[in-house]
Amino acid sequence: MEHALNELAPVAVEKVSYLWLIPLFPAVGALINSLFGIRIQRTLGKRAVHLIAIGMMALSFAVAVRAFLQLYALAPEERFLQQTLWQMLSADRLRFDLGFALDPLSMMMVLIITFIGTLIHVFSVGYMADEPSYWRFFAYLNLFVFAMLLLVMGDNFAVMFFGWEGVGLASYLLISFWYTDIEKAKAGMKAFVVNRFGDFGFILGLFLLFWTLGGVWEPRADVRSLTYHPEIGESAVPSATNPFESAAPKSVEKDGRVLRLGPTLNFRELRDQVVIESTGVAEHLKHQTVWGFALMAVVGILLFVGAMGKSAQLPLYVWLPDAMAGPTPVSALIHAATMVTAGVYMVARLSYLYALSPTAMGWVATIGALTAFFSASIGFFQYDIKKVLAYSTVSQLGFMFIGVGVGAFWAGSYHLLTHAFFKACLFLGSGSVILGCHHEQDMRKMGGLKKHMPVTAGTYLVACWAIAGFPWAAGFYSKDEILWKAFSARDLAFLGHSAPWLGPAIYVLGILAATGTSFYMFRSYYMTFTGSYRGGEGHVEEHDEDPHAAHAAPHHATPAHPQDNVDPNGATQAVHAAPHAAHAVHAPHAAQDDHGAHGKADHGHGHHGVVPHESPLSITVVLVVLAAGSVLAGLLGIPTLWSHTEPALERWLAPSLPAEVHFAEFPHATEWLFQCMGVAAAAVGWFFARLLFKDGKSPVPAQLKKRFFGFWTVVYNKYYVDEAYHALVVRPALFLARFFFWFDQHVIDWIVNFVAWLGRLVANIDGAIDTYVVDGAVNAVAGVTNEAGRALRRIETGRITTYLYGLTLGSLLVILLNFLFR
Amino acid sequence: MAHVTLSHFLVVAGLLFVLGLLTVLTRRNAVAILMGVELLLNSANLNLVAFNHYVVGGIGGQAFALFVIVLAAAEAAVGLAIVLSIFHTFKTIDVRAADLMRE
Repeated sequence: MEHALNELAPVAVEKVSYLWLIPLFPAVGALINSLFGIRIQRTLGKRAVHLIAIGMMALSFAVAVRAFLQLYALAPEERFLQQTLWQMLSADRLRFDLGFALDPLSMMMVLIITFIGTLIHVFSVGYMADEPSYWRFFAYLNLFVFAMLLLVMGDNFAVMFFGWEGVGLASYLLISFWYTDIEKAKAGMKAFVVNRFGDFGFILGLFLLFWTLGGVWEPRADVRSLTYHPEIGESAVPSATNPFESAAPKSVEKDGRVLRLGPTLNFRELRDQVVIESTGVAEHLKHQTVWGFALMAVVGILLFVGAMGKSAQLPLYVWLPDAMAGPTPVSALIHAATMVTAGVYMVARLSYLYALSPTAMGWVATIGALTAFFSASIGFFQYDIKKVLAYSTVSQLGFMFIGVGVGAFWAGSYHLLTHAFFKACLFLGSGSVILGCHHEQDMRKMGGLKKHMPVTAGTYLVACWAIAGFPWAAGFYSKDEILWKAFSARDLAFLGHSAPWLGPAIYVLGILAATGTSFYMFRSYYMTFTGSYRGGEGHVEEHDEDPHAAHAAPHHATPAHPQDNVDPNGATQAVHAAPHAAHAVHAPHAAQDDHGAHGKADHGHGHHGVVPHESPLSITVVLVVLAAGSVLAGLLGIPTLWSHTEPALERWLAPSLPAEVHFAEFPHATEWLFQCMGVAAAAVGWFFARLLFKDGKSPVPAQLKKRFFGFWTVVYNKYYVDEAYHALVVRPALFLARFFFWFDQHVIDWIVNFVAWLGRLVANIDGAIDTYVVDGAVNAVAGVTNEAGRALRRIETGRITTYLYGLTLGSLLVILLNFLFR
Repeated sequence: MAHVTLSHFLVVAGLLFVLGLLTVLTRRNAVAILMGVELLLNSANLNLVAFNHYVVGGIGGQAFALFVIVLAAAEAAVGLAIVLSIFHTFKTIDVRAADLMRE
């Protein structure tokens, strides 16, 4: 990590025109399957659905490989492929494009996503075979991959943020895939809501970052002089050398490459501006404060809050264990291998910003270490195999954050890579087990599965080696590097104070967490795969009329787990289990002939409680590939100590991670010692797990549980964090919601109703005026006319005499008047 | 024997007029009404002649009177024809019956 910041030139950019194909293929797949999937499935069958989805993934992977080959052929510091599709927005001097970029870091991510994504799509073919809305599942999976690729390939914050939200959406859709089960729908909502908290921090961080960068982007006299310092631009652009031409775009030229100075959302441009000291951006950022706090620390912490949500760190990890409600391939793809690592990727991507603030780094590393330790301890006592893996994922993510937090960005990214392999393998192994045990997830009802599913058992064991950190699998290399760097980190600061003790403290937490990891992973292995099969009994328990009910496993006294008896189709499996229960208990092996029936997919659920069976080929092949990856990925990170050369991945990633972080120097002997300690930690965990859980015979776990029952209960219930959240966040929120509902009902509605009443009153008055005054006048005219006509009609007798009288009287009157008014 | 003056003529004419008017207004018989009309016309004639004799001189008044007599004759002819027509229609010459215009 000896890359001096100011020695770097602007990154060379290789323009290519095919990058957009990588995210396009999954997007097309998602589009086809979501629009026409149901029709395709009805007319052409499930085969067509998964062929489309997998085909798109494979094409995407092929393009990614093509990109990798091109990238690999370039000189290390020129490895940067870029493509801009079109400009999305332009505001004054700021503009951002729909642009994709691949540098070594995002290339690694893209390869992981497309490769493991393709494998998991293949796995899903076997796992989801019985699913009626098969097309929906594959459409969602493709949508997720599309969003994830946007996240890692976006060359600016905006595209990254689209992806960031897109994966959140896909995660929500997939967790609550079986949405008819209210618990699963709730889990999806929880994931979404918790992630909103994180995203709120993330976006605040972005706003703050650009607020402060606005200061440096303003045309200022000193910055201009700094920018065009003769030392930098030997052949600076003529217009730029003129200090009076402030309107001209500022730029720095070095090694013949021009760096545009000015507002940018682009990672590469921002990186160059920060990394090249002469621009003054880094200096500006370092000394900026906001409300008395160092700005970069605040920005780093806020951005990390986003990572906390997405990557399930304390205290926002609570959604991840619940996310296990989704189908197992989803857990493997999204909640282990890819999406949850987005936070790690983000921190590594912005390593040049984090390197400016030791406080932010210390914060990231501390949270990572606490999370690693805390969730490892919860993993100890879980019985649901997927929950164990979920907590182990949270814990491993903690390790990654230790890595990126202490400045070993490449080590964090490396752990991301190895974890993607071994955790995908573990999850898919557990999926295979769950499928084999007919959607049973409780490890107490498993055991002895090694006989029935040898491939699954073997691959699971390999992945356990990897996660525990035995040197013959990949996990050792990444974890050991992280812990070693944590121990030797000296640059960290704790809340603004320099804290050289923080690194060793994180190391202690990390090594304890590693021991715990080894313990609970081997516990899950031994509980699941060794001893004798304890399935069947669990179902018998539910039928009191069955004479075998008394044989229920001793563990059943423990509180029932909410995830027990998960059945994706919501079928009443207990009912189906009844006729087979006695059969299963008496002759587990005799049930072999049932395998044929299981082969026919629609029959699968009719045979609960019978002997588990190995999964179909589409599953086992994927497991083997992933297990191989879990071992071979170690080759990328052979420590310098062994090979006297930098690990391959470190060299590969170096151009992407330009931050300069200092580590203390120690003699080789110390480093050897620490490696031995890492192996020892794994061995200790394995030893105790074997002692206590091998073959499920040891009575010690039960005794220990009885002895420390209070402690056990607290940890088993995950330290009551969910309950605490419920009391501190959910209930106040609900109370507030109810208050606002009341307020709305009583105050707002009252005002609205009052206004309405007032309107009605005015309208009534108006109506009355209309009825009685206006219409009255009109009617009165008509009435008077009518009445007058009626009255005058009597005069008109039709008799000549009458008229003559009238004539006479009139004449007399005229004569009289003539006399009177002469 | 007092000298006959204009006033005597006027009084007689006035009396005749009133009598004619009353006849016209009160009688129901259509022929009687026509007779009343004759009285009215003749009272007017008397006035014409008297004024001509006492005030104007010449024969203008007498000429007018002659015209009125001719007119009265024509009127009587037309009036009697109408009365006949009424009788045809209503089988009576009571003017009260002839009230068709009322409707």
